[in-house]
Amino acid sequence: MTVEPIDPHIMEWHEGRPRLLGCRCRTCAETNFPAQDSCRRCGGAEVAVVPLAEHGTLWSWTIQRFAPPSPPYVPQAEPFEPFGIGYVELPGEVIVETLLTEADATALRIGMPMRLTVLEVPTHCGAQAATFAFAPVIEGER
Amino acid sequence: MPNEVAIIGIGCTPFGRYQDTTVRREAVRAIQRALADAQVSWADIEYAVGGSMSGGSADTLVAELGFTGVPFLNVFNGCATGSSSLSAAVHAITSGAAELALVVGFDSHPRGAFAIQPEQLGLGQWYGSTGLAVTAQFFALKIQRYLHEHALPTRLLSSVAAKAFRNGAQNPNAWRRKPLSEADIDRSPMLSDPLRQYMLCSPGDGACALVLCAGERAKSLRPDPVYIAATAVRTRRPGSFEVLSPSLSIDRGNSPSVDAARAAFEQAGIGPHEVELAQLQDTDAGAELIHLAETGLCAHGEQTELIERGATEIEGALPVNTDGGCLANGEPIGASGLRQIHENVLQLRGTAGVRQLPVRPLVAFSHVYGAPGLSGCTILTR
Repeated sequence: MTVEPIDPHIMEWHEGRPRLLGCRCRTCAETNFPAQDSCRRCGGAEVAVVPLAEHGTLWSWTIQRFAPPSPPYVPQAEPFEPFGIGYVELPGEVIVETLLTEADATALRIGMPMRLTVLEVPTHCGAQAATFAFAPVIEGER
Repeated sequence: MPNEVAIIGIGCTPFGRYQDTTVRREAVRAIQRALADAQVSWADIEYAVGGSMSGGSADTLVAELGFTGVPFLNVFNGCATGSSSLSAAVHAITSGAAELALVVGFDSHPRGAFAIQPEQLGLGQWYGSTGLAVTAQFFALKIQRYLHEHALPTRLLSSVAAKAFRNGAQNPNAWRRKPLSEADIDRSPMLSDPLRQYMLCSPGDGACALVLCAGERAKSLRPDPVYIAATAVRTRRPGSFEVLSPSLSIDRGNSPSVDAARAAFEQAGIGPHEVELAQLQDTDAGAELIHLAETGLCAHGEQTELIERGATEIEGALPVNTDGGCLANGEPIGASGLRQIHENVLQLRGTAGVRQLPVRPLVAFSHVYGAPGLSGCTILTR
């Protein structure tokens, strides 16, 4: 049994794999993540929820080396362990801000291929939930 | 617009971490200094505007200043609170609603990174709980991408920070008054790659106030008025890359800083090449590099050459953040934008003391950038 998504509006399980949910504007074709009721580019109200690509490239990255203020952060490890954060460009769709599975600065470079995965994280109410993350694609993997 | 409004009074109290005083008391002191500098009284003020993020509502200061019945507006525009307030006061004067106006900005923040409430920004709870709601991350992600796109060396970050602390050491109002070398900065802990501790400003406490008057009255009130040639505030347009953004459009666009600067230069009828000193939002050392180009003061990628030949130093061709900026003064959100104006007025008057530019300037530029994507630019002349 898979862990429930941290927010059903941002991601879902589809055939045993995680999938991000964005929205696309019918008027100007802007893709946004997460989905919202109207388009951020043109303000149009004709937007539809769409699943987003699982693969992309690293657009920028950093390592969060100090514990974020809590709240809103729900600590995952005691003591705090640094974690990677980045923006991943999903080709033709949108550039998504995301946790990275990699926290070693020497293993990250802009332009490297990335794939969607999940991390199990604690929520503010003490439960465990699945949130999305991107992982570097290992050579030969797809 | 040019010369329609003048700054005739400035007041700033030392920035830092208040222990024996409170932010409200400092805001009142800053206002009293600005009034004294302008040689007018609180009762003469016909319009007041100001704000803070965490220090309370500006209009409640009338309880200390005196109940004159003055119209007093509160502004809540993130790091652009100061410039937005200034902009509102300029509009009040140019519209004829007032001849003498007061602008105040103040703030007080606890130690450490800003605690963000994602829900207030229209973001889901997941965004904060998973560790994405940290403003320092944005600055790191933005400069990381920027260094990559424009082939800039990371050593520029240390140079910018060292300059800030060098200038701050010469500013009696600065919080950080100890000069730090590039080596000191490079030894500080990495917090959010590529940004180290001394490359990021600290949230802190501060207060600053200005007295403005209609341009035609300025010379009768003081011999050396400084004129507001332009003031512009802009929010996001499509494709900009802003703090606290769960996603960015693949069709990349300009930052609001580009738009605000362009509008200000157009309004003033002054070109970026005429700017003789600039105060730029330096939430982190990378932001100064980016904002140099976004405001049009240099081309993208030109920063290496500018910095290496010392152009952004007080003695250089384009001095930047001459009072130490946010890196040396800290970031009391509501006060920072007006601190920049305070510094530019001192430099234009020729009264900046040991950090006075070698040649008293004619044109000074200031720029702020704040969450969730707005910028304010102001051009001052004399």
